[in-house]
Amino acid sequence: MTTKKATRKLTIARAMAEAIAQEMRIDPRVFVMGEDIGPLGGVFGTTRGLITEFGTERVRDTPISETAFIGAAVGAASDGMRPIVELMFVDFFGVCMDAIYNLMAKNTYFSGGKVRVPMVLMTSTGGGYSDAGQHSQCLYGTFAHLPGMKVVVPSNAYDAKGLMTAAIRDDNPVVYMYHKSLQGMGWLGTEKGATVAVPEESYTVEIGKAAVVRKGNDVSLVSLGAGVHHCLRAAEVLQKEGFSAEVLDLRSLVPLDREAVRASVGRTGRLIVVDEDYHSYGVSGEIIATVVEHNHTCLKAAPKRLAYPDIPIPFARPMEQWALPNADKIVDAFRQMMLNQ
Amino acid sequence: MKPTAEQRLWMYRNMVLSRYLETRIESIYMEGKTPVFNMANGPIPGEMHLSNGQEPCAVGVCAHLTAEDVVTATHRPHHIAVAKGVELDAMVAEIFGKATGLSGGHGGHMHLFDARVNFACSGIVGQGLGPAVGAALSRKLQGKSGVAVAFMGEGAANQGAFHESLNLAAVWKLPVVFVIEDNGWGISVAKEACTAVPNNHLRAAAYGMPGVHVPDNDVEGIFAAAGEAIANARKGLGPTLLEIETFRLAGHFMGDSEDYRPAGEKEGLQQRDPIPRYRRQLLDAGLLDENSDAALVNEAQARVETAIRFAQNSEFLSPEAALDVVFV
Repeated sequence: MTTKKATRKLTIARAMAEAIAQEMRIDPRVFVMGEDIGPLGGVFGTTRGLITEFGTERVRDTPISETAFIGAAVGAASDGMRPIVELMFVDFFGVCMDAIYNLMAKNTYFSGGKVRVPMVLMTSTGGGYSDAGQHSQCLYGTFAHLPGMKVVVPSNAYDAKGLMTAAIRDDNPVVYMYHKSLQGMGWLGTEKGATVAVPEESYTVEIGKAAVVRKGNDVSLVSLGAGVHHCLRAAEVLQKEGFSAEVLDLRSLVPLDREAVRASVGRTGRLIVVDEDYHSYGVSGEIIATVVEHNHTCLKAAPKRLAYPDIPIPFARPMEQWALPNADKIVDAFRQMMLNQ
Repeated sequence: MKPTAEQRLWMYRNMVLSRYLETRIESIYMEGKTPVFNMANGPIPGEMHLSNGQEPCAVGVCAHLTAEDVVTATHRPHHIAVAKGVELDAMVAEIFGKATGLSGGHGGHMHLFDARVNFACSGIVGQGLGPAVGAALSRKLQGKSGVAVAFMGEGAANQGAFHESLNLAAVWKLPVVFVIEDNGWGISVAKEACTAVPNNHLRAAAYGMPGVHVPDNDVEGIFAAAGEAIANARKGLGPTLLEIETFRLAGHFMGDSEDYRPAGEKEGLQQRDPIPRYRRQLLDAGLLDENSDAALVNEAQARVETAIRFAQNSEFLSPEAALDVVFV
């Protein structure tokens, strides 16, 4: 969809709220449920202003009962509504996963495609601000691993708005995972690169399409969410050293744009995956498999992954920051790759 | 609330049909599973949870529902599906896993979905409650008529989903009725060994909603209590918790040795089989005689046999159809 050139910059939080508001204006089936999404506007700003415009019937603060209200969203979606529910921190999935992966994700399949579950489960991910191991996880791989739900992860406000609009309009359940460090909440030390120009009118970003956010020839840096910004910083450093890095923003994990990954690595011959989720059995391994299962001869060097170590996330700043991916680690990984080649 | 003559015969007919369906499933299920019981063998593989004995819960509640009302049922769903009007041929074909089944064989006996009559079930204890609350919320938001009924076993009352869903339904005063089919056993664990209150309807007090206890698996007692609860939901008076004392005449699943039952329990329960009992009531009331009863039973059995033939004569989808309908 073409849009007028936008000059207005929005945070991801504002972009998400704007997308929801625009869909609520044109579609009475859309409503929002979650904890503190009413007058507070969402702990991470995702529903700010909605209650003023749409009232308490369509913007419903819930009890702290994720099993009930996510289960309720499944029931409402199956009955013709288009609910958006917020799981405040993805880490809280442990108290409500049945509603997510056994109901939301499977009812369409179990019904032979006759029951649609058009709902959006939006949830915050990521850390870096010493919130420790029950409020800092990404769990991208956990959700992407389980069939029956689409999974999107925006890295900037433009994609955030377009992916939210697409998610609401999708006839399938979509898990919308937004990284706290990109939200634009003053108290969370926001990544500046996430706040970008966003058109005022409604538009969609297609679910399942990755984006080359920086072109390059020497290495493909593949990432998602906050990791995209680490990659962009690393690419700047590498450019000064005479190397051009391509940065691929996955944007969607389900469906995964495997063609875009293969095309990028096919051009550059080198692959570094950057993922703030746990190292093993996760997104980073999947991306590498996507390339080597298809064509291992395109690689000039063994692929690398920078992911979170297989440890619970520690509280203390030195330990926490040491474990997180960052631009320096990406640059080092590339240098190692070139040395070992 | 008293059932009309028509409603009484409807309830009896559906109990008879449901029981005969279970009887036929039971015998077909065992094909290929003797002398060695292997759950994967035979024309109906997998777990099988029969509803024998619990039919009064289904008919007493569903007598008050129409196709537009929403029901979420349990891993033991057949009697409820029959009473809710799920299309029988397609339901039986789904139990056989056939292409003509409700879901082309993607779901099976624990995952029956018939959107035409707003019926769904789930194999996870207590997890149908949230969706029922959501369906009720949907009706409220859309200004559409219809109520939601969530069936569960007594074991589900000890699930977190029970507490969360009842609280949410009461906070939002939604048109939903929670029905506990208390058959006394959570697989092999007796209710009194795992439940802190003697009766689960008492728990309704914690959610500020009426809690109603129906003893003795009594068809018309259930009809009366469910009628009031559903009427209140339709009037916008909010949810009710209904606890029905019932029993299962079969094991938790087929293959269950039922060694956990006290000696003589099962024989005692057979004496209290609700179907002959209700038949007696209707004969005494003059609504049935031996001839009309025989005709009713024959008709129900013929209907079941038609559905079974339909299922047996249907093909499977191709194996690769497993890849379909993950997304729509």
